[in-house]
Amino acid sequence: MTEMLKVTVDRRPPLAVIYTEGYINNQGGEEIARVAYDLIESNHTTLLLNLKGTKIVNSIGISILIEIIEKMLEIDGQLAFCNLTPTIEKTFHIMGLAQYAKIFADEEVAFGELTA
Amino acid sequence: MVDSTVMREVTLTLPMLPDMEIAASKTATALAEFMEMSSDKIDEVRMAVVEACINSFEHSKADDRKVEISFVVLGDEDPERLQITIRDSGVGFAPDTLKRPRIEDKFKEKSKRGWGLTIIKGLMDEVDIHSGPNGTTIVMSKLR
Repeated sequence: MTEMLKVTVDRRPPLAVIYTEGYINNQGGEEIARVAYDLIESNHTTLLLNLKGTKIVNSIGISILIEIIEKMLEIDGQLAFCNLTPTIEKTFHIMGLAQYAKIFADEEVAFGELTA
Repeated sequence: MVDSTVMREVTLTLPMLPDMEIAASKTATALAEFMEMSSDKIDEVRMAVVEACINSFEHSKADDRKVEISFVVLGDEDPERLQITIRDSGVGFAPDTLKRPRIEDKFKEKSKRGWGLTIIKGLMDEVDIHSGPNGTTIVMSKLR
């Protein structure tokens, strides 16, 4: 019924930006995880998930993002987010994700902080 | 709950199939737009509807594999409140015994899931849950 989430990557070692377009449900979350784990394998220790193209997520998709955050903590890396809708950001705060993953207004602000 | 006139009502019966929650969220969006809710509030309603549907789809074990949803716009002269009722005929659960999930605990657990009701309560103004052996009904509302 809905189109599959589109995921693209911009590698800027040691950082990589993951762009999403569409609904992050269980399949969408798994696709992000697949891309994130490939990036970790190729020594990207800081991942920025740019959700500009995503207006809706569900808790199953977010639970997969928690798995990625857990993996990043294990390798002393970090997953950060930018361009969240106010509702997605509020949801991340409700769930406590914001304690373990930085949230930035946009990519420029994120780059300034993550590459400092 | 404030006594108000029903200004508009829509009912849906959805099969428990992948992504059907999006159909429910589109109906919620249309009614919230009719009420001239802010875009942020519309998004919050939309996400709460998605979560309530997914909860039913995933946990109800309803034999008929259906969920009934009613969307009611309440108000006197102007629309004031959007009330959404999501009902399944599943096995039910005990909402009072559910522990509020904590992300610190989820990091230690194999399953990271179980956030639906926490998200719904965080996004909506009022949430009531009635559950028993004949099914679960979630009544949630958002003020304009």
